[in-house]
Amino acid sequence: MTLLTLNVFFVIAGLILAAMAVQIARDATHPTRWGSVAFWGLLAAIMLGGKQAPPVVVGHAVAVMVLLAAVRQVGLPRAEEQPVEELERRAGALGNRLLRPILLVPLVAIIGGYALGGVQLGGVVLAEARTVSGISLGLGCVLALLLAVRTTRERPGVAITEGGRLIQAISWTLILPQMLAGLGGIFAQAGVGENIAQFVAWALPVQNPLVAVVAYCLGMALFTILLGNAFAAFPIMTLGVGVPFIMQAHGGNAAIMGALGMLSGYCGTLLTPMAANFNLVPVRLLELRDDWAVIKAQAPFAVAIWIFNVALMALCVYRF
Amino acid sequence: MMDWKLIGLAVVVAGFALRLNALAVIFVAGVSTGLAAGFSWTEIMAMVGRFFVDNRNLTLPVILMVPVVGLLERHGLQQRVAALIRQAKVTSAGQVLWLYQCLRELTSMVGLSIGNHASMVRPLIVPMAEAAAKERGGGKLAPADSQTIRAQAGAAENTGNFFADDIFVAIGALLLIKGFFDTAKIEVSLRDIQLWSLPTALWVMAVGWWRFRRLDRQIRKDGPVSGTGPAGKEGA
Repeated sequence: MTLLTLNVFFVIAGLILAAMAVQIARDATHPTRWGSVAFWGLLAAIMLGGKQAPPVVVGHAVAVMVLLAAVRQVGLPRAEEQPVEELERRAGALGNRLLRPILLVPLVAIIGGYALGGVQLGGVVLAEARTVSGISLGLGCVLALLLAVRTTRERPGVAITEGGRLIQAISWTLILPQMLAGLGGIFAQAGVGENIAQFVAWALPVQNPLVAVVAYCLGMALFTILLGNAFAAFPIMTLGVGVPFIMQAHGGNAAIMGALGMLSGYCGTLLTPMAANFNLVPVRLLELRDDWAVIKAQAPFAVAIWIFNVALMALCVYRF
Repeated sequence: MMDWKLIGLAVVVAGFALRLNALAVIFVAGVSTGLAAGFSWTEIMAMVGRFFVDNRNLTLPVILMVPVVGLLERHGLQQRVAALIRQAKVTSAGQVLWLYQCLRELTSMVGLSIGNHASMVRPLIVPMAEAAAKERGGGKLAPADSQTIRAQAGAAENTGNFFADDIFVAIGALLLIKGFFDTAKIEVSLRDIQLWSLPTALWVMAVGWWRFRRLDRQIRKDGPVSGTGPAGKEGA
């Protein structure tokens, strides 16, 4: 028997989301009340019972969520700003005790990640070994929530309201990573990687292992500049260039390739106006006269970091 | 050589270029690729559902974290972090920016975001950096220098934000890498991905040290000469 599995935390997350959906449903002033209820309610249901439901049903639920996001029916509640003076006063009252729950999360996650795996008490496995890092993180969050409720002496319902406010600010981008991993999966099933790989092999001498590394990292950066999003570039470039040439042809290490490939993509994010929220919004926010000011300030960073990534990958990916 | 399966790629590029809803773009790209590869609608929906459920762990940490962060923010978490930063002994704009960049990196290593352009850079980091530069310049700060400091502050936030994600506690990007490899049935351990992300995170701090020290020199060089007027927009 296993005491803690990742599923325990999927259920907790599902209950949190369901409670948020209920609160939204009771908020008559919410501008996108029912769309938001449907979106977060469906996500709650997928967290709670996604493994039990037939995949095709979940797929259609996801389609509905996408539709709700596309027609802008997933939005923020009416703003209820806290006065800054009041926040300053509360911060002064609690001081560094405010930081404790936040610090508890990584503490539990890191210690648990090393200590929990494979521990048995009288035939009961404490935590499923395969997902121990996820379990430890979940455990850290739950303990931190209990500590935060105790420290602030609020009702748990307030945590749901405040958490709901934050998660609605994140909005549909919350599930973007899940969708992108899914897109990667569909690309793989359809054989898109092979297609891109054929083209790359025709255009570049990727039989040379170093050329493969440079092509992959440059491709990550350029595709990210084009798309404005390294997460979107990652499945395309990794299936098309990374996996066939660095890994399969030359026996490269997947972890090194994946980590440094993504980090090379971020160098592209530093350079592109397509990543508007990082590079254009601050121009307005900081009242800069030059629309490209932030990108220009970031260009030396991007070049220095990209070269470092390529060098590190070239030196290590075929060795470990 | 090319065939219709690549339509998904075209959808992604066109959709992002037109700034359409990213979620919808990704979804349509997946569906059109599936159709082009000869799968039926039901098969595609089953794939979407299966991959979505298999990758639920990508979203899990955020959902579990928001009640904690929300509750603490209601009691002044950001104000407390700001107070701690204000206590730091810094004497130049470059030092303020480097301190912030390092702090941003160190906290995002454990999966935490202490702020962004709106919540930290504009209300706290830029005023602190400008005040430090002004003090050094004998009470004066040229508008051009103020612009440079602000642009560099934006860069400090972005570089601090991007390159140190998840190294000790994975809640985002590295989970996506892991999820991608899992979905593609390639064996890889999360701990290895974390380990190999660390050198770049440290390198970014080194590059920041160099860039922000250069910023201080640049301000000192043209500061007292061209610094004839008061700083651009005060309290902006």
